[in-house]
Amino acid sequence: MYTAEREMTENVLRISNVNTRKCMKCGKCSGACPAFDKMDIHPHQFVSMVEKGDIEGLMNSKTLWSCLSCFACVERCPRNVEPAKLIEAVRLSVIRKQGENRLKADDIPVLLDDELPQQAIVSAFRKFSK
Amino acid sequence: MQKIGVFVCWCGSNIAATVDVKAVVDAVSHEPGVVYATDYQYMCSEGGQSQIRQAIKDFGLTGIVVCSCSPRMHESTFRKTAISAGLNPYMVEIANIREQCSWIHKDREDATEKAIILARTAVAKLNLNRPLTPGESPVVKRALVIGGGIAGIQSALDIAEAGYEVDIVEKSPTIGGKMAQLDKTFPTLDCAACILTPKMVDAASNENINLYTYSEVEDVSGFVGNFTVKIRKKARSINADICSGCGVCTEKCPSRKAKDEFNMGLSNRGAIYIPFAQAIPNVPVIDREQCIKFKTGKCGLCEMNCPAGAIDFKQQDELVERQYGAIIVATGFKPISLENFDEFSYSQCPDVITSLELERIMNAAGPTKGKLLRPSDNTPPRTMVFVQCVGSRDTSGCGKTYCSKICCMYTAKHAMLIKEKYPDIDVHVFYIDVRTPGKNFDEFYRRAVEEYGVNYIKGMVGKVAERNGKLLVQGSDLLADDQIIIEADMVVLATAIEPDESARNLATMLTASIDTNDFFTEAHPKLRPVESPTAGVYLSGVCQGPKDIPETVAQASAAAAKVIGLLAKDKLRSNPCVASSNEMLCNGCSTCENVCPYGAISYVSKEIRSAGKMEVRRVAEVNEAICQGCGACTVVCPSGAMDLKGFTNKQIMAEVDAICR
Amino acid sequence: MIFSYYPGCTLKTKAKELDEYARKSAKVLGITLEELPDWQCCGAVYPLAQDEIATRLSSVRALVSAKDVDRDLVTLCSACHHVIKRVNHDMETNEDIRTKVNNYLELDEDYRGETNVVHYLELLRDVIGFDELRKKVINPLKGKKIGAYYGCLLLRPSKTMEFDNPENPTIMEDFIRAIGGDPVIYPYRNECCGGYIALNKKELTQERCNSIVASAIEKDADMLITACPLCMYNLDINSTEQKLPVYYFTELLAEALGVK
Repeated sequence: MYTAEREMTENVLRISNVNTRKCMKCGKCSGACPAFDKMDIHPHQFVSMVEKGDIEGLMNSKTLWSCLSCFACVERCPRNVEPAKLIEAVRLSVIRKQGENRLKADDIPVLLDDELPQQAIVSAFRKFSK
Repeated sequence: MQKIGVFVCWCGSNIAATVDVKAVVDAVSHEPGVVYATDYQYMCSEGGQSQIRQAIKDFGLTGIVVCSCSPRMHESTFRKTAISAGLNPYMVEIANIREQCSWIHKDREDATEKAIILARTAVAKLNLNRPLTPGESPVVKRALVIGGGIAGIQSALDIAEAGYEVDIVEKSPTIGGKMAQLDKTFPTLDCAACILTPKMVDAASNENINLYTYSEVEDVSGFVGNFTVKIRKKARSINADICSGCGVCTEKCPSRKAKDEFNMGLSNRGAIYIPFAQAIPNVPVIDREQCIKFKTGKCGLCEMNCPAGAIDFKQQDELVERQYGAIIVATGFKPISLENFDEFSYSQCPDVITSLELERIMNAAGPTKGKLLRPSDNTPPRTMVFVQCVGSRDTSGCGKTYCSKICCMYTAKHAMLIKEKYPDIDVHVFYIDVRTPGKNFDEFYRRAVEEYGVNYIKGMVGKVAERNGKLLVQGSDLLADDQIIIEADMVVLATAIEPDESARNLATMLTASIDTNDFFTEAHPKLRPVESPTAGVYLSGVCQGPKDIPETVAQASAAAAKVIGLLAKDKLRSNPCVASSNEMLCNGCSTCENVCPYGAISYVSKEIRSAGKMEVRRVAEVNEAICQGCGACTVVCPSGAMDLKGFTNKQIMAEVDAICR
Repeated sequence: MIFSYYPGCTLKTKAKELDEYARKSAKVLGITLEELPDWQCCGAVYPLAQDEIATRLSSVRALVSAKDVDRDLVTLCSACHHVIKRVNHDMETNEDIRTKVNNYLELDEDYRGETNVVHYLELLRDVIGFDELRKKVINPLKGKKIGAYYGCLLLRPSKTMEFDNPENPTIMEDFIRAIGGDPVIYPYRNECCGGYIALNKKELTQERCNSIVASAIEKDADMLITACPLCMYNLDINSTEQKLPVYYFTELLAEALGVK
């Protein structure tokens, strides 16, 4: 692994505090995920790719913007791997870079409707912007 | 003064790679009492042993120190070497410079220094050793088998066949265990009952075998060769001597609320019942919690209808005390509770069942008379989904960390049997890995796939949800990289197995060890797999770890062979390293008697000459046949009267001094 | 009995009913909810990253504020509860996070997760007791078939939330029984409604909500109840195929207690 790749992987592992080696590749996370169809890289693959160090590939994936943080994968994993934390760590690796915010204040008015709770806006900002 | 020889083993590179064995030889040769020291590649080999024998003769050695592996490995080897050279075996000391030294250190200098200290310590102790002679204790020529499943039955039959008496204690009303509940057995698909029930009959009719069914072990005392066991025979409320087993009572009983345990709660039974048709003994039992007579005082229909007059509502539990030379534990297993796995909807949907429940549904004597029907509406299923590893290989805290070992094979069996009987049913199996080590096992699993068309899906189920009477099984198909939803009529969960709940309490009674999962621990995982570390206690079947029927039967016979070997002896040599009390010092305080876990210490009045006068004193006396040499008494004795032969206070202090020097 | 109370932003704006009826009901039940002074937004999502300290501070401030008056902290919105409970757990068990937060806040005394965080439903179950609640009901919701919608945040991850059985919860069903209604148990009651993804992937939210509502209708529910404003919004607005009325559980509570 190149140094840059290794650094990115270590960063993801540090931010997430997940030990990917605990994964036994059972796929229960992907069996449980409610956003599976909206993801290009599925939860079990996500764990494998972090393990292999392919963070670059993950940073470009749709999965980052599809995960609902519903914790179904975390709850049901028989090995306590917590895939959602890895997705969060890679998402942060993207949005912490300058100019990579996925949601900007100017975007909001279009998205608003009368009923939308503040909670939704705050959540989305936290997830998609820095 | 002793004449001591020291023998330092290389153990190939196991020791020599980390410990400078020559340096150890040099260092110990200057120790007091040492007249000879040498090293050798493999001290336990015939070459090494003959060197020891030669040195004993040549130098007139009075004791030897072998610096090698753990005494658990080769202490008895070197004691035998000593005996063959005419030396008392208790004049042998082992310095463990492998497990406690070379294996755990990386630095050669540190390891060598530690090896020298360990060697010097053994020498210091040996200087104070005295020859010891083992005593003898008699062997009661009867064995106890706890648990009456296939493991217990096989062990009992083998022991009985060798001509010894065996008692089986079984907590449920019949012997037969889990195997009696199974339909067919892998990989040959014999009917379980057809191969089990003849053995049950053999056990019942063998005059050397005595069955205590509906009974539990309540207390165990004594030691190898001479255990005393209290057995509680629970009241069946039936006089078994006159009951003919006609079953009229079970038909007349108006109570039908109790869940039938034998059918895994899939049907109900009466309050008076015989678990299944081939039960042994064929004697009913009254479930007093369910019986209307016991609850309200009214009813007694069974009593009125019993042609033999065998019903006895007043029957009491009976306590029996028996002596045994050896004990076999065969307490078996149960499926785990699924309360932590509600994502599979077991508790919410009746058509989600466990594999053991499916065995009953498939069985001709089961709740559906062998017809595959959904528990919810008694309709035949068209699509079935099996989920493997439910609760096994789980480190999240919800299940068991181990592989339950039998599930891959029985799931393949279920899938195949269903396809054989109902070719139109679609059968899907979600698996993480298919594990089939065993004779004809992989071929069996492949037959399910290739000949019967069972659809194996690599992946795990994430959720089972009920909709319009169907079960939506949502899981991953990892090879297709897909999330799939199968509309199933029934879902079968290959539930992890765990030791029977009686294991923990029994282990305490037997002072036998269990692991963190409550499986009984073997004396050595490879070389003594059917013995517990507690002398005289043997292990048979799943109580020791997950295993299938062939393995269980093999282990049961192995345990029986060990027991037969023990019972064939008239006397057992006892360990001479036992406690002894110096009556001159004993102050009669009883502290030792109170801490002794074996009841080996009693107090007697004795005439003792003290300062020229005779006086009667109350002093401790150790029964050497019962003492196990644990040393608890030597620690608590306030006057220093209690000492342990072979491990005297002086010897231990000499060891400490040698280490601290 | 007096408890500290953290309402959260949405309860002051779009979800006023959730808050209003909780307060009214509490009064009838003999509970005083004392709103924390100067509370700040919890951030709505729990910071999953180990290295995020700033986003945990508002929760810790709320927790410390409750600790200062030596009271348990009652929450109501599922998201607030989730965030505050998990941050509290971090403060109790994660030394790295604890040290950094305490270094930043420079409190008189380090905060180590001492405050007990209690969801309003837990308050009903564990402090008041559903049997006691039943005795106080004057308008039992007879014949109403009510589906409890739990969603994600109250239940998962269960080892930290310790709220109920994460796959087969009972607390809201027991609550429904206590106020005289008939609970409808449907399998998708703990499936995600889509949450914040409503903002950028509406069609995913719609799929989620449609399957949840369909599951509840299939089991004969007349209405759904929830504790989360975002779930309420999604189930209401983003169920496009079939519709069910959705209420905050506190609305029904207040109705049953006769204070609505």
